[in-house]
Amino acid sequence: MSETPKKVALIASQGTLDWAYPPFILASAAAAMDMEVVVFFTFYGLTLLNKKVEAKIAPATNPAMPMKMPFGTDQFQNINWSIPRFISGNTPGFNTMATSMMKKTFKNKGVATVEELRELCQEVGVKFIACQMTMDVFGFTKDDFIDGVDFGGAAMFLEYASDADIQLFI
Amino acid sequence: MSTITETEVLDCKGMNCPLPILKTKKQIDKMQSGEILKMISTDPGSTNDVIAWAKKTGNTLMENSQDGNIYTFYIQKS
Repeated sequence: MSETPKKVALIASQGTLDWAYPPFILASAAAAMDMEVVVFFTFYGLTLLNKKVEAKIAPATNPAMPMKMPFGTDQFQNINWSIPRFISGNTPGFNTMATSMMKKTFKNKGVATVEELRELCQEVGVKFIACQMTMDVFGFTKDDFIDGVDFGGAAMFLEYASDADIQLFI
Repeated sequence: MSTITETEVLDCKGMNCPLPILKTKKQIDKMQSGEILKMISTDPGSTNDVIAWAKKTGNTLMENSQDGNIYTFYIQKS
């Protein structure tokens, strides 16, 4: 296309597994549509740039999260298990178990892993910026992250976002 | 059955959003202007996604059809 590409500016501020998907899905899809994309990773979103993404879900703090089994018949898989919060919040390993079940469901449904989507983003030209201030606060170093990440602050993001066509805070 | 003769075939069966669009983009990038890609998907969302993608990227969606849970697209590179 000869016209100037549309510009997309995303902020990824969350580090749980469920919130890890939206920025990478939107960024990769936008780049596939020939848009120019920058994702600014700040606060807990910064952990999504770690070489290995350890993102989990925490059902106790997400009352609307469907609790479903990734195996069995379709009917069984569609049951939404109502787990009382004193169990989901107090049982050791509950988040780990729920996380592995959600990952299994994603896999069953043909959804890419977060790491795969992140790699696809980079392949189609999405730019990642890590928030330098958050790195200092939480003690991250450049070596913690995947290759190909830029480092900067609010001004660097805002300069790009100021003439972006789409800006989303996730 | 379509009367269109494709240059390349891309099988995206079993993949979910946004993978069919990403794979389509990567395949189209490797092809020459005027060549035709046949993309096959099982993602029900891919119909609207491919239409939107083609509109945005300027490639031509020549034909799309559904047979059961299989979706077929013929895309001509601009």
